[in-house]
Amino acid sequence: MPYLDFLMTYSSRFIDGTLITLGQFGLAALVAIVAALISGLMKMAHSKTMRAIAIIYIEIFRGTSLLVQLYWFYFVLPLFGFTLEKFTVGFLTVGLCYGAYGAELVRGAIQSVPRGQWEAALALNMSPAKRMQRIILPQALVAILPPWGNLMIEILKGTALVALISVADLMFETRQVNNNTYLSAQAFGTALIIYYIFARFMVTPIMRWLERVMARKIGRT
Amino acid sequence: MKHDKRHDLSQYPLRLEGDNVPMVRFQNVTKRYGSLTVLDGLNLDVAEGEMVTIIGPSGSGKTTVLRMLMTLETIDSGVIYVDGEPLTHMEKNGRLVRANAAHLRLIRSKIGMCFQHFNLFPHMTALGNCIEGPMQVLGLSKQEAEERALELLDLVGMADKRDQHPSRLSGGQQQRVAIARALAMRPKVMLFDEVTSALDPEVISEVTGVIRGLVDQHNLTMLMVTHQIGFAREISDRICLFFDGKIEEQGSPEMLLDNPQNERTQQFLSAVLEAN
Repeated sequence: MPYLDFLMTYSSRFIDGTLITLGQFGLAALVAIVAALISGLMKMAHSKTMRAIAIIYIEIFRGTSLLVQLYWFYFVLPLFGFTLEKFTVGFLTVGLCYGAYGAELVRGAIQSVPRGQWEAALALNMSPAKRMQRIILPQALVAILPPWGNLMIEILKGTALVALISVADLMFETRQVNNNTYLSAQAFGTALIIYYIFARFMVTPIMRWLERVMARKIGRT
Repeated sequence: MKHDKRHDLSQYPLRLEGDNVPMVRFQNVTKRYGSLTVLDGLNLDVAEGEMVTIIGPSGSGKTTVLRMLMTLETIDSGVIYVDGEPLTHMEKNGRLVRANAAHLRLIRSKIGMCFQHFNLFPHMTALGNCIEGPMQVLGLSKQEAEERALELLDLVGMADKRDQHPSRLSGGQQQRVAIARALAMRPKVMLFDEVTSALDPEVISEVTGVIRGLVDQHNLTMLMVTHQIGFAREISDRICLFFDGKIEEQGSPEMLLDNPQNERTQQFLSAVLEAN
């Protein structure tokens, strides 16, 4: 079967899968941002308990395999009475896993803001929360964007694993097509190209654009 | 070294009362970094409206005096009073105890500070820097805050640069915005920590001119650390020379600069004047 015919025949499956992958990616990215921000801030907190919780989270999710985490959330948690929709398990686990990596980026970015900025905010008598929210985080955001771009690409590629808990994402549909046709080169080749296009022509340009916007906001044009 | 356990706070008054309450009082204040004693039993009063300049060799503890007053550094013993109230401590059941965050915020509101490296917020314009504190801390409306900020930016000659980000401003311009930012909080005490040290020689006068104007026009109490002896002579009511965490000698500019009593003062002054 020529490749064009192959594409025509199975395009709807690839499109369906791609949409699910994009949904998984978008939601996982959101979870990762929230988890990274919270655990990154907690890791810098004065309270030992807060720091301990953050460290436990980071160690568990960074120190173990994403696939094992997916199986835990999907197959093991129901044994303890927590049952989640597989779609939810997918983006939640991927988001929490990469959020643990993001926590270190958040901490590094906050620490990269010069001491003088904290001191100036204190001299204006700003509360700790206001100092963080108004002065430190906006500047940390500029520092975090370049490494965060890498993490976003990792998240996109990481979502391929949700196929293994039967979320009907791009990888899942591709495997189905392969099982039906045995056209492995065409099937997996198509998936390869779609993942690459999204990483290279969607995630990267958006992150670059954000970097430019933030640089302009901070007056570094 | 930990907070001195033998340190008995009962010898310190709960607040300063009477006719001549100083705006700022350091009473027996000691600051240590590990085994290094930066300030050793400092006693210093600054009267309301007084301009006191602190000079001395680097490492003599002069910047630490300002940083302790701004609560950027903790103290190891002694008490600092601002406007009659203890700053580093607070009253609890009739005794002084370490100040909590709320008490620090209350007293800190009387103090403003300008830094050697300006420390303007890079993600805000000149005007944005000046309205941030009044809006976020004092709760002024945007309009009120802007009116106040523009008046002050005008005072420091920066009103036409109100919409520029700090990265577009020269050092002298940034420092003038920083002065306006601090004044916008309406402090009673202003601290200037080597505010001209990071500036190119040709723009120093922009900043010293602004500070001179403050001395003339406002009833601000000011503490300044500087290496510019000439400027200190011109505007100070009193100059304190620090050596090894202690005031070696203090007095009016004429007394201290023209007729120093102390040998180390004489040596320091001749070295500085030679460098200038």
